[in-house]
Amino acid sequence: MVWMWHGLLGAPLASLEVGEHLYWELGNLKIHGQVFITSWIVMALLIGASLLGTRNAQRVPQGWQNFMEYVLDFVRTLTRNQLGEKEYRAWLPFVGTLFLFIFTCNWTGILVPWKLIELPAGELAASTNDINTTAALALLTSLAYFYAGFSRKGLLGYFKGYLYPSPIMLPFKIIEDFTKPLSLSFRLFGNILADELVVGVLVLLVPVLLPVPLMVLGLFLSGIQALIFATLASTYIAEALEDHEHEEEAEIA
Amino acid sequence: MDGLTSAASVLAAALAVGLGAIGPGLGQGRAAGQAVEGIARQPEAEGKIRGTLLLSLAFMEALTIYGLVVALVLLFANPFAG
Repeated sequence: MVWMWHGLLGAPLASLEVGEHLYWELGNLKIHGQVFITSWIVMALLIGASLLGTRNAQRVPQGWQNFMEYVLDFVRTLTRNQLGEKEYRAWLPFVGTLFLFIFTCNWTGILVPWKLIELPAGELAASTNDINTTAALALLTSLAYFYAGFSRKGLLGYFKGYLYPSPIMLPFKIIEDFTKPLSLSFRLFGNILADELVVGVLVLLVPVLLPVPLMVLGLFLSGIQALIFATLASTYIAEALEDHEHEEEAEIA
Repeated sequence: MDGLTSAASVLAAALAVGLGAIGPGLGQGRAAGQAVEGIARQPEAEGKIRGTLLLSLAFMEALTIYGLVVALVLLFANPFAG
């Protein structure tokens, strides 16, 4: 079932479509084309920005290079706060990519007037407002922290950590492995879609000026969502890397 | 989808968001109040308190959003639509 709301004036900018997609057939698979288009644009933006920043690197940064160094510094501080000085370097690329991709997706979804581009079906929007995108990002995070734990402590050693601090915690820790990606994906997806729905409903009621403050609020909130996703991802990785055995020894000594 | 299913779905969607907003509302109010108190007591820690507050507010907000996701599933992708 697809519901559509159209503006009182029938203006194309006020239409809001949920659950309608531009399907591309790929063998037996049906994929959501509009998500691919916007994420490719976001990827191109990010790659272009980094190429522009590093193409003519100066010892004393200027202009765009300065900005990109500021971005890198921000991401590095975020990762270092969660993972600590010793570990953060190896995980900086992963966490940084998550943050920048989600952030750019969210912001281009609000700032670029995608709705003016007509598609045969569905509409262009932030690619994080599709549950498949956020689920993929969340599962990647799961893989990353399992990999971190396995490579650090070995298969047995990692699952031994589930018995810490007491074996009663075992079922909760196992459930946690499923709820972590679930809550990560739902949180991001729900927040971005909720922003768009609120703006869409307001445009339906008052098409001029009134939605603008809410869009600004949306910019702020979606920035925070990107920050939260990256922070949580690095927290999960830090949790998997944690060494309980040596901790106890240190406490005794 | 028959009438009963759609009526129940719409009602359930409204309840999911409405009831789901109560708890986080209380929690957010409490967190914000405590943060204001903290800033009043120690104005030089304002930056740190604000950052932590925003992060934890977003976590609480997520709980309502879960209700919203359930509501959206009921409205737009109802598994019982048949």
